[in-house]
Amino acid sequence: MTPATAHGPMAPVPYRVTDRHAETADTVTLALEPVEAAVPEPVPGQFTMMYVFGIGEAPISVSRVGPFRAVRGSRPARGRGPVLEQTVRAVGAVTRAVCGTRPGRVVGLRGPFGTGWGLDEARGCDLVLAAGGIGLAPLRPVVLRALSDRSAFGRISVLIGARTPDDLLFTSELDTWRAKGAQVEVTVDRPTPGWAGHVGLITALAGSVEVDPARAAAFICGPEVMMRLTAEALIGLGMCPADIRLSLERNMHCGLGWCGHCQLGPLLLCRDGPVLPYERAVPLMTVREL
Amino acid sequence: MEETNSVTAGALAEERFFAGMPEPHRAALAAIAVVVAAPAGHRFFEEGDQAQRFWLLRSGKVALDLQVPGRGAVVVETLPASSMLGWSWLFPPHRWRFGAVAAAPVTAFRFDGRGVRELCAADLRLGHDLLLRFGAVMLDRLEATRVRMLDLYAHPEELR
Ligand SMILES: Cc1cc2nc3c(=O)[nH]c(=O)nc-3n(C[C@H](O)[C@H](O)[C@H](O)COP(=O)(O)OP(=O)(O)OC[C@H]3O[C@@H](n4cnc5c(N)ncnc54)[C@H](O)[C@@H]3O)c2cc1C
Ligand code: FES
Repeated sequence: MTPATAHGPMAPVPYRVTDRHAETADTVTLALEPVEAAVPEPVPGQFTMMYVFGIGEAPISVSRVGPFRAVRGSRPARGRGPVLEQTVRAVGAVTRAVCGTRPGRVVGLRGPFGTGWGLDEARGCDLVLAAGGIGLAPLRPVVLRALSDRSAFGRISVLIGARTPDDLLFTSELDTWRAKGAQVEVTVDRPTPGWAGHVGLITALAGSVEVDPARAAAFICGPEVMMRLTAEALIGLGMCPADIRLSLERNMHCGLGWCGHCQLGPLLLCRDGPVLPYERAVPLMTVREL
Repeated sequence: MEETNSVTAGALAEERFFAGMPEPHRAALAAIAVVVAAPAGHRFFEEGDQAQRFWLLRSGKVALDLQVPGRGAVVVETLPASSMLGWSWLFPPHRWRFGAVAAAPVTAFRFDGRGVRELCAADLRLGHDLLLRFGAVMLDRLEATRVRMLDLYAHPEELR
């Protein structure tokens, strides 16, 4: 029994920051190793509640699970679990504190929580992964897992949308993803001088995706409008709505289905989500003030 | 720009833009189309020039741009493979509203706009069908433009 369960699921498990990589001006990836006991290994799409002691807690997706590679060659974990990477955009008190955390400091993790993407159910299919902004963080473990088990999947397309080229995440990895056989297309809303990639909404990239719509699974994460329109574009290509999953975000508190903070209609997103099938997600996304 | 062989109705059928179009209509359009290849940097048209052609991109990428004083040619959007390039040939005064340059080597079907207008005038069913298809492209681009105006990826502090 880990200390986490010994002290109940509300007790954060200490993790030491072993590395910190500034992805953009407001987004940082932290590599975290368990100080002693570890949380159970997350599956792609799950999140933890990350606690900065004295400040507060926020739900943050896992953006990589060791032993793949820690950011900038940090040491292998000495604790009893793999290194976790989590990629955080500083938008408020907690996330600013997370982004300011330096190597050597200890944060608390609870979890992992949530449904995950269900990548195993997509084995044998083409994969279309569409990410807007920080939405690439929870999809990165899908890309890494699928590329490490390349023969289990058909074509892998990664569509990435960002505000400007300077807002792109994991830029040093994209060519590796391409080299390992993924089609990676990047588009920005606002190009900067010298930008040679796509300019425009991510939906425009859907038309150039190489996919067999009858044998494909799509996972989409980003702002809700972006997710809805991207899903519609993929349905326009002939994909079945049942093969499309989206990740929805709402404020969270317990992560355990107890407090109701994350309620969306009949669902508690910490428990029933954040990943939902398109058909279940869309009626809830389009209701005002739900 | 390199021009190669002529186009068949069957080749058009493989393109999503022409999905479901009756074969005689595709054959009529194919008869006034050619296959073209352009290197990166090739300028398809300049803002203000006469618009007498359009292209269905089969591979590559085209950047739509606008000359902005002090900033040069600013790219407003790129069109990936499978996109339709150009609709100003369809509407008077038949002048390009934006410029277009190959942002990567391009292969495309190029159509003679004046010829297509004549086909549409002679066969109103073809004209109606083609207008609906161009209308759908324009709707998609308008929607994308409006959504980009929402600045979905802005930092929450900038939106306050
Ligand atoms: C399942 C899940 C996974 C997440 N994964 C990540 C991740 O991997 N990386 C990451 O950076 N963030 C992620 N988030 C969002 C993150 O939890 C919030 O940004 C964080 O809770 C904000 O807390 P704060 O105290 O820093 O800011 P607050 O003071 O709570 O909020 C600051 C500003 O951000 C806005 N905001 C807060 N939460 C959200 C949200 N969920 N969506 C949109 N706007 C919001 C608020 O309206 C406010 O304007 C995730 C959220 C969920 C629910
Ligand atoms: S966060 Fe408490 S019920 Fe979901």
